[in-house]
Amino acid sequence: MNRTYELMFIVRPDMAEEDQDKLISTLESAVTSTGGQVKNVERMGKRHLAYIVRKFRDGIYVLLTVEGSGGLIHELERRLRVTEPVIKFLTVRIDEEQKRLDKIKAIRDARRKTSAAPAAVAGEAPGEAPAATA
Amino acid sequence: MADETTPTATASAETPSRPDRPAGGDRPDRGERSDRGGRSFRPGGPGGGRGEGGPGGRKYFRRKKVCKFCVEKIEAINYKDIRLLAQFVAESGKIVPRRLTGVCTPHQRRLSTAIKQARNIALLPFAGRAL
Repeated sequence: MNRTYELMFIVRPDMAEEDQDKLISTLESAVTSTGGQVKNVERMGKRHLAYIVRKFRDGIYVLLTVEGSGGLIHELERRLRVTEPVIKFLTVRIDEEQKRLDKIKAIRDARRKTSAAPAAVAGEAPGEAPAATA
Repeated sequence: MADETTPTATASAETPSRPDRPAGGDRPDRGERSDRGGRSFRPGGPGGGRGEGGPGGRKYFRRKKVCKFCVEKIEAINYKDIRLLAQFVAESGKIVPRRLTGVCTPHQRRLSTAIKQARNIALLPFAGRAL
C-alpha cells in the first residue's frame, strides 16, 4: 500500500551545509532500503520560526516528498526524533488531498470543454453554409 | 440649470414630486438592510469590517460576505501557504471565525486544519504575533 507523504523538518540554524547533505542522504537511503521512493527534496532555506523552539528563533526548513508505506514513515520519524540537530518535524499525508484536487480539476476541465463545444459548433455552422452554396 | 430653462408649469409640476421619489427609493433599501442583518444573525454595530479575508463592511451599508475560496476558486489550502493562511488568523494568533470572514463551512474546515498544521511546524504562532 503506497501512499504519498510530505515530511517537513527543521534543523538548527547553525548546522553546516555538509551535515545537512549527510542527514538528507541518510534519510534517503533509509527510504529506499524500506521499499519507498523519494520523489522530491526541497530545501526551503533559513527562515524565522513563529515561536521559540529549543531556544532557537530561526531554523533551516527541509521538505521531503516520500512515497511508501506507514512503516516507512514510522522509521523516518524515529530517525528524526533521534537526530539531535532536528528541532521539529511534521508529516502530512498528501495523496488523498491530491486525488481530490485532480478530481476537481478534471471536472472543471470537462466543464470548460462542454461550454466551449457549442461555441465551436456555432462557429462552424456559418462557415459551412457558404461552402454549401458555393 | 436645465430645469430653470424649461417652462415654469412643468418645473412646478416636477418639483413637488421629486422629494417623494428619493424617499420612496430609500424605503426598499432600508428593508433590504434589515433583511440582510436578519439573515446573517449578526449583532448590530460597525464591527462588519473586522474580517480581513472577506470584503469588509462599509460604514452604513453592509455587503453580503462571500467565501474567498469559492469566489477565487482556490481549492488547495495548504499549510505551507502562509500568506493565504495569515489572512484568516487574527493578530492574537487566533483563527478568525466564519461569521467574520464569510468563509463557507467546507473551506473553513480545511482552513482550520491547515492553520493548525502550520502552527505545529512553527510557520504560524500559537499565540501572539510571529517573532
